[in-house]
Amino acid sequence: MKVIEVNNLVKKYNDFTAVNNINFSVDEGEVFGFLGPNGAGKSTTIKILSTLLTLTSGKAYLNGYDVQKEPNKVRSSIGLVFQETTLDERLTAKENLVFHAMLYGIPKKIYQKRLQQVLEIVELTDRVDTLVKTFSGGMKRRLEIARGLLHYPKVIFLDEPTVGLDLQTRSRIWEYIHQLRKTEGVTIFLTTHYMDEAENCNRIAIIDNGKIVALNTPEKLKERVSGDIVTMASADNNRLYKRLINEFGLEAEMIKDGVQVETAKGETFIPQLISKLPNEITYISLRKPTLNDVFLKLTGREIREELLDGKEIMRARLGRRSRFK
Amino acid sequence: MRAIQGIYVIWLRDIIRFFREKPRIIGMIGQPLLYLTIMGTGLASTLRPVQLPAGFDYIDFMYPGIICMSVLFTSVFSAVSIVWDREFGFLKEVLVAPVPRWSVALGKALGGSTISMIQATILLVIAPFIGLKLTFLALIKLWLILFLISFALTSFGIIIASRMETMQGFQVIMNFIIMPMFFLSGAIFPLKGVPGWMEILMRLDPLTYGVDAIRNIFFAGTPAYESMVTFSLTQDLTVIGVMGVVFIILATWSFNYAK
Ligand SMILES: Nc1ncnc2c1ncn2[C@@H]1O[C@H](COP(=O)(O)OP(=O)(O)OP(=O)(O)O)[C@@H](O)[C@H]1O
Ligand SMILES: [Mg+2]
Repeated sequence: MKVIEVNNLVKKYNDFTAVNNINFSVDEGEVFGFLGPNGAGKSTTIKILSTLLTLTSGKAYLNGYDVQKEPNKVRSSIGLVFQETTLDERLTAKENLVFHAMLYGIPKKIYQKRLQQVLEIVELTDRVDTLVKTFSGGMKRRLEIARGLLHYPKVIFLDEPTVGLDLQTRSRIWEYIHQLRKTEGVTIFLTTHYMDEAENCNRIAIIDNGKIVALNTPEKLKERVSGDIVTMASADNNRLYKRLINEFGLEAEMIKDGVQVETAKGETFIPQLISKLPNEITYISLRKPTLNDVFLKLTGREIREELLDGKEIMRARLGRRSRFK
Repeated sequence: MRAIQGIYVIWLRDIIRFFREKPRIIGMIGQPLLYLTIMGTGLASTLRPVQLPAGFDYIDFMYPGIICMSVLFTSVFSAVSIVWDREFGFLKEVLVAPVPRWSVALGKALGGSTISMIQATILLVIAPFIGLKLTFLALIKLWLILFLISFALTSFGIIIASRMETMQGFQVIMNFIIMPMFFLSGAIFPLKGVPGWMEILMRLDPLTYGVDAIRNIFFAGTPAYESMVTFSLTQDLTVIGVMGVVFIILATWSFNYAK
């Protein structure tokens, strides 16, 4: 069964089209990822699927229910971790979790057990009775995720869930999510900026300017990049870029601190290139393609370009709030 | 079942948060006492706004009005916290939960009413000190009436809050809706004897009937009854009751459609 089905979905904010006629479906038990730069329309899509926003045109079904016509049934089928914090900072961590469990109708016996479980995963067990407003950004994020994993819905939406968290925590959370998927058959709908996180997905949709530009498994997507990736830099990257195109006929791409080309056989290509460009190249590296390269190829942009360091995003996200304190 | 759970969670959250906000509790007790002493003493000695029989003074007249004022401010303020919840994101957590939206609105209305009732109870405690005797039966009646008033006013606040984008608008609401509601309610000067246009406004102010209902209970069977009370208790209760029903329906409705 298709647990999410989206047909010709369009969302306009006044005149601005945030989601531009997208189509996709997600199978039960799948981990489905949305990958895209800032403003691509990822969160907007999630808000429509979770009945927080009305759509402009098209159809969207969740667990077989029309998101426009049966919002109550849709809400009973989903769980969410929003991109921005939705905790009540004047309550304790435990109160936040218990209220969530009550809103979702989990019996006390069950939620008490799960509470311990999720708290351990996010390592907040010893802080349960502390007011959330005294938490650090990362701790709030962890609590938010813990809360999102308390009940076992049909579909869990995770909107950039682990931004600002360290690798260890991220992998523990992912372990738990995969386990939920196996034991409870939960479907995961994820948006992310992290490439390693995207690798957790069964399938990925790359979205840019409100349109899906590619949708496939991570492996298949990577095949779109034909060979090895060679990244290089010179004192004048613009000049290097032009020479690669004009003198070598290569499909070069400007990236943040250099120039990048795709080539079938990197190991032999590099010595040739260096001998033909004496004193030009100051740095060169070779690697296998990643999702970021696919992204670059499809959208002409690097994902990481837009990605501040995780901590900075966290700060930007929380900065708006601190004014009220 | 889910609905009751939703009402309960929203209500409980408001109560827990209330008891954690010490400044709010202090303000809640301090403000009406301040009004009562300053305005009560000042106005009584200079203006003589009401003709009262011997043994009654202006403070007696104003006291029911001050209770209503406190209930008005507390109820509206509780309801308007929805705007904060929207700004801080928590509202989203509630809006995607599988509880009906009306139960959220109702839980909020009950939460605000409960806090207002705490406020009103504190104020009722001082009644004997300003020379007003209350029987147990009168106290129960007052509680019921005050609950109705609080419920209607919190619902009214929810209607306002669901149309407000940010807290900035609250000042405007305060100055142009809430304060006039208080001044026109007959809390500090009586409806009798004001110019005709103002009497119309006062009769339109729903709070007028709340203040009048409380005076009805306080002064029933006393020589001051005639000068204190404008409408019959039945009239007052009808208006308050209708108001409660209409406001909670509108509140639920506007909450459902506020994005
Ligand atoms: N309430 C709104 N009113 C007007 N425009 C909006 C609104 N919300 C989002 N947008 C616009 O819609 C576009 C898509 O926003 P969305 O939040 O879906 O992006 P996103 O893919 O989640 O980005 P990010 O990676 O930054 O989270 C953006 O250009 C944004 O400015
Ligand atoms: Mg987003």
